[in-house]
Amino acid sequence: MRSAIRTLFALALGLTLAGVAPIQAQNAPPRIVIGPGVIEPMPIAIPTFIDEGGAGEYAREISRVVTSDLEGTGFFRNIPQDAYISRITSFDGGIAFEDWKAINAQVLVTGAVSVSGDRITVKFRAYDVFNGQVLEGAALQFAGTTQGWRRMAHKVADVVYSKITGEGGYFDSRVVFVSESGPKNQRLKRLAVMDYDGANVQYLTDSSAIVLAPRFSPQGDRILYTSYESGFPRITLLDVASLRRQSLDEQPGTMTFAPRFSPDGQTVVFSLERGGNTDIYALAVGTGGLTQLTNAPSIETAPSFSPDGRQIVFESDRSGTPQIYVMPASGGEGTRISGGQGRYGTPVWSPRGDLIAFTKQHQGRFHIGVMRTDGSEERLLTASFLDEGPTWAPNGRVLMFTRETSGAGGQATLWSVDITGRNLKQIPTEGPASDPAWSPLLP
Amino acid sequence: MTLAAKSLLLIATLALAACNNPDRYGAGGPGGAGGPGGAGGIDTTGLGDPNNPTSIAYFNQRVGDRVLFAVDQSTISPEGRAVLTAQAQWLMTNTGYAAIIEGHADEQGTREYNLALGARRAAAVQNFLISQGVPANRLRTISYGKERPIEVCSTEACYSQNRRAVTVLSVGAGV
Repeated sequence: MRSAIRTLFALALGLTLAGVAPIQAQNAPPRIVIGPGVIEPMPIAIPTFIDEGGAGEYAREISRVVTSDLEGTGFFRNIPQDAYISRITSFDGGIAFEDWKAINAQVLVTGAVSVSGDRITVKFRAYDVFNGQVLEGAALQFAGTTQGWRRMAHKVADVVYSKITGEGGYFDSRVVFVSESGPKNQRLKRLAVMDYDGANVQYLTDSSAIVLAPRFSPQGDRILYTSYESGFPRITLLDVASLRRQSLDEQPGTMTFAPRFSPDGQTVVFSLERGGNTDIYALAVGTGGLTQLTNAPSIETAPSFSPDGRQIVFESDRSGTPQIYVMPASGGEGTRISGGQGRYGTPVWSPRGDLIAFTKQHQGRFHIGVMRTDGSEERLLTASFLDEGPTWAPNGRVLMFTRETSGAGGQATLWSVDITGRNLKQIPTEGPASDPAWSPLLP
Repeated sequence: MTLAAKSLLLIATLALAACNNPDRYGAGGPGGAGGPGGAGGIDTTGLGDPNNPTSIAYFNQRVGDRVLFAVDQSTISPEGRAVLTAQAQWLMTNTGYAAIIEGHADEQGTREYNLALGARRAAAVQNFLISQGVPANRLRTISYGKERPIEVCSTEACYSQNRRAVTVLSVGAGV
């Protein structure tokens, strides 16, 4: 049954403009299959986790974050606690499943939290309400420091999400972005990092120099970005733990930007401009060896590796307008894959390898879209005055991007959208923000 | 130019470019929003008397410090050629100045593409000035892409002013 459902799920993913349909059969585990069909979030009950000693606010806050993570996907509908018929008073006590069935809960998540000193333990179970069984693999315990309580909530939600959708999780992840302030013609920019949901913001640089387009390393321990700190745009590498930073190129008379790591973290691809012409180069991080990958009088920029490291998707205006091309990781002319009308930029290869996300400009509007890696099945997910720069969630299901409003008071904000085009929403940030880049799932 | 000469030029321009470009010492800086300067916030105070033909103020206001471009283009217009010809003459007369040419784009475009486009525009101006006889070692380029609009509305009236290359002089720079 499980493998049949997974096959169905995989098939459904191949279809365009997919919706979400909860699948419910008498003896099947509760399953959300992301595919064509009615959009009907699955009802889920998440009673406040039990305080098993010293947990206080943590139990309530962790329950709140788990609920927010799951409901935030658009695939779940949280049943409000005042609709509950029975209560969960102990983690290991019996559960009156009839009471949860009566309020139409398909999944029930129970949990308990205990704190001792600065150590916190969170355990949980996710039940299939219909058959009264724990979902396979959805009974776990996490322990850590109280400081990391949000991460434990995200991990609980990641497990529940994975078991029900068959997808990898993405809640326990970070996003690096550019925090903005000041007027449009004198914008101040500084690097910051936050949880995927906008919490736990930390600033990584000050705003004394323009910083642009940060990208995480595959391990999430380093960040590449473009900085004007030297007076000229240069790709810069920042160590997240120590905040130590170094300029990666020292070639006078050139400008370097749009850096991104290879999947093994050993290579950085980026754009290098010399004498007005921009091409793509690869830098071996260990040796400093530089290789030129494109050689054309046109603009070649925004390179992004395929997850197997064999190919690079990039943007070029060699045809007269910016379009998307794919070339071998060793370089070359590349093959154009974007075929529709308009201008295409900032291609990013999905971590699952199946899709390429991009920015499209057409008839005065900007769109975030996805297409297959051969350019087929293009679909636009958003439309606004200015949407740009998509970044993939670690599971390849969600995109985050920059949306900027028009005019003198125009401001940038961060948004996310599911690859089906559903669940478009703004990520809460303290102030204006741009250029998000998702980390891998944290260990 | 040899690599060594390029390195020297870089050091020289970095050292001397200080006073006329606020982004070098933090966007925002003390410049305020006034003046016709390059990066959108340059105050002309202290740049000399605009009636003095050897002053930076004269160059900025009378000669003209910028040229504008069509959408997506880096081709220099006939009007632009006239301005740059005058810039070249001024630079050859006033040999105690170096210049950084800033290329800019309007907000219609992605960040990366606009950086590359701004660099193309700056290089087009640099090449024109060199063709008019300005020594290459007195010129340097930089692109700000769409990061530093001079006009902030979101219509063609502003976009046309933002698609620009600005020749920003460095005080006292004689190379």
